Amino acid sequence: MTINKLDRRNFLKASTLVGGGLMLEFNFVSMVSAEELGTLVGSKELNVFVQIASDGKITIYSATPEMGQGVKTALPMIIAEEMGAKWADVEVIDAPLDADKFGSQGAGGSTSIPENFDTMRKMGASAREMLIGAASETMEVDRGELEARDSIVVHSSGESLTFGQLAALAVKQPLPDPEMLSFKDPRSYTIIGTTVGGVDNLVIVTGQSQFGIDVDIPGMHYASYTRCPRIGGVAISFNEAEIVKLPGITQTFILAPNDRADIAPGSFGEGVQGGVAIVGEDTWSVMNAKSKLEIKWDESAASHDDWERMILKAQQIADKGDGEITLKGANVDQAMTDSNNKTLESFYQFPYVAHVCMEPMNCTAHFKKGNGSEPDAMELWIPSQYPGDVKDIAENILGVKKENVKVNPTRMGGGFGRRGIHDFASEAMAISHHSGLPVKLTWTRTDDIHNDFFRVGGFQNMKAAINENGKLVAWNQHYIGFAKEGKPVSGSGLGGNEFSMVALDNARVSQTMMPVQTPCGFWRAPGANTNAFVEQSFLHELAVLAEKDHVEFLLELMGSRRWIREGDINTLNTGRAIDVIKRAAEASGWGRSMPVGTGLGFSFYFCHAAHVADMLLKLRRYRLMKIAILESIK
Amino acid sequence: MAKYEITVNAVKQIVEASPDMPLLWVLRDKLKLTGTKYGCGIAQCGSCTVHVEGEPVRSCMLPISAVSGSVTTIEGLADGGNLHPLQTAWIDHDVPQCGYCQSGQIMSAAALLANNRTPTDTDIDEALAGNYCRCGTYIRIRAAVHSAASYYRADEQTETHAIDAENGGAS
Repeated sequence: MTINKLDRRNFLKASTLVGGGLMLEFNFVSMVSAEELGTLVGSKELNVFVQIASDGKITIYSATPEMGQGVKTALPMIIAEEMGAKWADVEVIDAPLDADKFGSQGAGGSTSIPENFDTMRKMGASAREMLIGAASETMEVDRGELEARDSIVVHSSGESLTFGQLAALAVKQPLPDPEMLSFKDPRSYTIIGTTVGGVDNLVIVTGQSQFGIDVDIPGMHYASYTRCPRIGGVAISFNEAEIVKLPGITQTFILAPNDRADIAPGSFGEGVQGGVAIVGEDTWSVMNAKSKLEIKWDESAASHDDWERMILKAQQIADKGDGEITLKGANVDQAMTDSNNKTLESFYQFPYVAHVCMEPMNCTAHFKKGNGSEPDAMELWIPSQYPGDVKDIAENILGVKKENVKVNPTRMGGGFGRRGIHDFASEAMAISHHSGLPVKLTWTRTDDIHNDFFRVGGFQNMKAAINENGKLVAWNQHYIGFAKEGKPVSGSGLGGNEFSMVALDNARVSQTMMPVQTPCGFWRAPGANTNAFVEQSFLHELAVLAEKDHVEFLLELMGSRRWIREGDINTLNTGRAIDVIKRAAEASGWGRSMPVGTGLGFSFYFCHAAHVADMLLKLRRYRLMKIAILESIK
Repeated sequence: MAKYEITVNAVKQIVEASPDMPLLWVLRDKLKLTGTKYGCGIAQCGSCTVHVEGEPVRSCMLPISAVSGSVTTIEGLADGGNLHPLQTAWIDHDVPQCGYCQSGQIMSAAALLANNRTPTDTDIDEALAGNYCRCGTYIRIRAAVHSAASYYRADEQTETHAIDAENGGAS
C-alpha cells in the first residue's frame, strides 16, 4: 500500500516554485481492502471512500474541507461517475481527519479538483471493477460482457443485478491494481458536467448545517480573546477584579505570547499573540465583558506600520526610478525618450484587505490533563482549510504530542485563504489549557478584521510608450511591495508569468520591497488579484492614449498565436487568449452604442487555474460562461 | 439575570438571561438553535435575521427584554415536513455556496413574500439589501425568490380550485 502524503509545507514549496500556479502533483490515497479496515455495520466498504449497503444505498466519504467551493459535492461526483452509480443513490458523508486513510485533507490554491481527480476516479473505477467481478461470478459470465451504469451491472443479454445485490460479494473481490484501471471516456459522462446541486443544500436551508461556530460539546464554556490594538503588543495588566464579577463570567487571565517560528508548517505566526482571555457561560457574556476590558499594553515590540506613511514612501521610491531589475527589456529608455513616441506614467496603489469570512474565526478546544498513565491530550473542532496542521501547533505551543491531538473538521462559512492559518486555534487551545475547561472561542467581527492575515497592499509605478501608429513599443513596470525578513510576503511582487513579461518584446520589470510587520497571508489568488487590476487598468489608459478600441488594442498586443511554454498550462497561450477575447467581445456586443450613463468594460487576464473562474464571473452576464470554460480546459 | 418566557417556532420557552442579552445569543447558546448566525453583532450583515410577529429583525441587536411577540427562526420556517417555498427554491437554484448567510437571506425573503407575492427585482434587492453574502450568491438568490413567489401563486391557485370544487359539490 502506497501513501504519498503531500503536506502543506511541500505544497507551499511547490507553489512557490511555480509562482502560485497550478499544482499538478496529486496525493495518492491508500487503497486498502475492507478486510484490513473492517466494515461498518450494514455496509460493505469497497475502498476507503466507498461503501454500498445491501439496500443499494451508496455512501461516499468527502475528505476535503468544504468552505463553499463545492468539493463535498464535486469530488464524490467523480467517484460516482466512474463507478457507474446513480447520483440519487449516493449519500455523501464527512470523513474524519485521518491522513493514513484519506491522504492530505486540505483545501487551498484552487487545487482540490486537479489534485484529487485522479485519485477519485481510481476509487470509483476500483469499486466498479469489484462490482463487475461480483456480477461475473454470480452470473457466470465473462467480465468483458458486463457494464456498470445507473447502480446496476448489466450483462449484454440484458440480465442485470443491482449494486445492492452485489455489495456482499463485491467486497470479497480482490482489490484491483490501481495502475491497471481503465476509465470512462469523458464523452460518456452522465454525472460530471451536470448540475446536481450541493449535497448539503437541504441542511443549509433548514438551518441544520453545523459550522465551527455551531459546535456544542458537553461542559463547554465560551471564550473571548483580546489582543493589543497595535499588532505584536503584549498585555501587562488589566481590570481583572471588575471583569470577573460581570454576569456569566467564570475566569479571566492574561496569556503570554507563544509564537515560535517553527510553530506550524509554513510558519506564518500561527501561535498565541499576547492578550487577555475571558471564559464564561455564553458567547454574549464574554463579548460583553470584553467590551469592558481596560488593558495596559507593552507596545515596545509592536508594529508601527502606517498606510499613509507607506504611500508617501512608495511614491518617493517610484520617483527615484527603477527598483531591482527582474526583466531588462531591449531598449526601454530609448523608446521612452524618443520624441516621436507618446508616453504615459501612472502610479497605482492597492490597499491591505481583510478576508472577512461570513463566519468569524472560531475554534472549540478541549485540553485534557494527563495523569500517571494517560498523557496530555487535546481535542479540537475547527473550521479550517488545513485542519491537520493544528496537531503540530498543539505540540509546539503546549507540548501535547501530535498523536494525542484529535481534530474534528467542520464546514466553514467561507475560507478565502484565511482559514489556512490557525492563530485562532492556538488561542482556543491555550485558553482551554490554562482554564482547564472545554471552550469555544468566537472572535467578534472586530477581532476577525483586526487579527487578519491581510491581502498585502502595494504599489506599481507604470510607464509606457506608444509610437505614431498607436503601437505599444515600451513598457516599464516597477512593483513596490512588502517583505518580511527580506522575503516578499504572500502575494507581493510579480510572479514572472504575467502577460506583460512574456508577451511584450520590450518590457522592463523591477521591484522594490519595503519592510512590513503587519501579518499578510493568502487571499484568493495571491498576487493575481492585484496585478490584474493594475495591468488591465493601465492597458486601458494606453488604449485611450493610442486612440484605439480597447479590444483591438488587446488583440494587437497578443500578436501571433503561440504558447509561451508549449504544453505548460500555467503559461499564456496567446492563441487561446485571442479566441477568448474575440468571443467575449462578440457575445457582449462590444462596440455597440450604449444608453447614456452606461457602458461596457472589457478586461482579459491570464494567471493560474483560479483565474479562469474570475474571468468567467466577469463574463457571466454576457452569457459566455460555457464557451469560456471550453476554451480553458481543452 | 431574569427569567423570560418567549415563544420560538411555536414552542413556549423559559430562559434565564441578562435583560440586555441579544435574542441571537439566547437562540444560539441557550436554546441551541444555531441556524441563526452571528456575523457582525451590529445589525449590518443580516446573518442573524429572524421574524418577530412576522417582521424581519436583526436578532443580534434586539435585547431579550425587548422581545414582544412570537419568534420564528430558520428552523421553524418549514411547515412540519413541508419546506417553505423559499427553501425549495433555494435547493432548486442551488443557491448556497458556503451557506453561512443563507438563513438570514431566506428569513428576509420570507418576510418580503408574506406581503408581496409578485416582487420585482427591485423589491427583492431592496428587501435583501441588508443581507450580505461573501460568496456572491445574489444573482441566484434573486432568481430563487422569483421562483418561490411563483410556487406560492401556484399553490394558492390550487387551493382556490379546491375550494371551488368543494363549493361546486355542495351546491
